[in-house]
Amino acid sequence: MPAIVTALRSLRASQDEAVRLGAGSSSVLSVRGLSVQLGGREVLHDVSFELGAGELTGLIGSNGAGKTTLLRALLGLQAVSAGTVTLSGRRERAAVGYVPQKVGLDPDLPVRARDLVALGIDGQRLGVGLRSAARRERVEALLQSVGASHLADARVGALSGGEQQRVLIAHALASSPKLLLLDEPLANLDLRSTQETVTLLATLARSRGMAVLVATHDINPLLPFMGRVVYLAEGRAASGTTDEVVRSDVLSALYGHHVDVLHAHGRVIVSVSDQHHDGPGQGWGPEPRGEALVGGPGGQEAPGEQQAPEGCDLAPDDCTDDAPQAWQP
Amino acid sequence: MNATALSVPVVGLAGASVLHSIFAPGFFTTGPVTAALVIGAVVALVSAPAGVLTVMRSQSFAGHAFSEVTATGGSAAYLAGVAPLLGYVVGSLVGAGAMGGLGVQRARNRDLVAGIVLGATLGLTALLLYLTTVSHSTTGAAVTVLFGSLFSVSSGDWLAAVALGGAALGVVTVTWRPLLLSSVSPELAAARGVRLRLLESAYLASVALSVALAAMTVGAILSTALLIGPAAAALRLAKSPGRACAWAAVIGLVAVWTGIVLAYDSYDWPPAHQGWPVSFFVVFLVLAIYVVAQLFGRAGSRRRPGTGQGGTALSGVGSLRRRGPGRG
Ligand SMILES: Nc1ncnc2c1ncn2[C@@H]1O[C@H](COP(=O)(O)OP(=O)(O)OP(=O)(O)O)[C@@H](O)[C@H]1O
Ligand SMILES: [Mg+2]
Repeated sequence: MPAIVTALRSLRASQDEAVRLGAGSSSVLSVRGLSVQLGGREVLHDVSFELGAGELTGLIGSNGAGKTTLLRALLGLQAVSAGTVTLSGRRERAAVGYVPQKVGLDPDLPVRARDLVALGIDGQRLGVGLRSAARRERVEALLQSVGASHLADARVGALSGGEQQRVLIAHALASSPKLLLLDEPLANLDLRSTQETVTLLATLARSRGMAVLVATHDINPLLPFMGRVVYLAEGRAASGTTDEVVRSDVLSALYGHHVDVLHAHGRVIVSVSDQHHDGPGQGWGPEPRGEALVGGPGGQEAPGEQQAPEGCDLAPDDCTDDAPQAWQP
Repeated sequence: MNATALSVPVVGLAGASVLHSIFAPGFFTTGPVTAALVIGAVVALVSAPAGVLTVMRSQSFAGHAFSEVTATGGSAAYLAGVAPLLGYVVGSLVGAGAMGGLGVQRARNRDLVAGIVLGATLGLTALLLYLTTVSHSTTGAAVTVLFGSLFSVSSGDWLAAVALGGAALGVVTVTWRPLLLSSVSPELAAARGVRLRLLESAYLASVALSVALAAMTVGAILSTALLIGPAAAALRLAKSPGRACAWAAVIGLVAVWTGIVLAYDSYDWPPAHQGWPVSFFVVFLVLAIYVVAQLFGRAGSRRRPGTGQGGTALSGVGSLRRRGPGRG
């Protein structure tokens, strides 16, 4: 065990060198020693990682691992008990795009896809906003960049889950963010939409030189595109390239007990066994701690319960201040 | 009069008599009618954006709450012998402050607050109206506060109404974009650094002023109908939020002005030849327009928008239904 902890430490220490971020890629976001308390429990403990420009990073964790909490902390919507979040460059909220896990859009809202994208450009500004040809073109270009031009005049609430996802990505892209955070964007998508969405996100990351962080419970759809991974478990995080992190020794250290990492047909299966019933495969069952990031041969997996945390729809007061990009507790 | 009528062609005669039977003699020259038309227009314009946002945010509950505290304010004004408009405005602004402070907008708390606090408010209104009736030996105050009496507003009142209406419109105009974004999704708005609490206050203030003005027109009890009705109809007809506001303003204006004309005409109607209440006509016209919009509206689904907690649960069903087998 101590050896494994050392391995984890060295992994963290090496993140301090920009070498980790791959050749020619500069750091967009740097998270250091982030801890978050929720309901008297430390949901995240000493989480550190960096995100590089132009890279797609997976934020992997099972239900309740703290993915949403981490994203909200990065946005400044969630108070942190320790640690720093530093965003390079532009010092404004608009520099971070966000696609929440659950956006309850009423089908009866008189809001078209183009209205929602326009609100992404300047929805935070005061006034009614004057229409102009330039603005219209920008909205159309954004919709086109996510392959949703044909949805421009449809009511957003009436779109399918996958269609809504694209429009929400266009909304998030509208402020030309340097960092794009997506919370479970692949949940509820079928195989084709999943692959299209992941390809789209990887393309956008590269073409815009943007760091993209995708929270998901299933690592497999991201594998072909993901440069790096932030793996959450037991409130802690391991980060690095996929090969460095998704390994039995590293994940065992993270979970605090034995974890098997199996490779089959280009897919990764992480088998977390409960401490008391040791043995591979146990974790696939209904044990509460068990986790099986498995899919069928097609890569499709029934999404788990995707519940937004209580109180998620209304940010606390301090969340909405125009905080600078480094939030220090 | 007869001599002139005889000298015009038959068509003109018919047209004039139809006009006469709609706009009874003296309609446009009567002071109270002019004041009523002006106030009605102000109310329709101010309620439009406030109502559209209320329906979009599924907060028609807030409108109901306001109408009850507005009634309390109005009856207190009668008892104190000050202008009712002052009572309405103070009442609804106090309500807005309380609501912002208590966080009534949280769906979880709505039933509780409705049951206890608003019930008590209505009880207080009953006491104040009773005291007014006893001390002034008149029952007029109760009818005016609860159901309005648009033709009895004083000429000073409509200037105040225009000023307050302008203020409410100003607040909505200045905060429009972030208000809209937070109405679509508070989470998306918060992620962009929008201050939700501050916006909520701006929104509540504009609704409070709209309800106070509507109380002058159709009375405190029915003021929500004027806030919600045209907006709900407009959301069926319009595609974008801006156009929904325009539709709501037009619908509100048509309902209020037609209601005023009919109420004026009803002075010739049975049983008492004293005129039917304006609020009756206005509220029924709003209902009629809403039903028509519901039947012919362009929105695909048949559900009513934003009547509270049911909205999000049902929206999932709606999008499931839409996701046909051939899609995706
Ligand atoms: N407001 C809160 N108060 C107390 N505990 C909370 C609160 N919000 C979240 N939690 C807890 O924090 C933990 C992490 O929640 P979070 O929503 O971040 O998980 P997640 O990784 O996003 O899960 P999922 O995959 O289900 O979306 C959970 O155990 C949850 O119960
Ligand atoms: Mg989550």
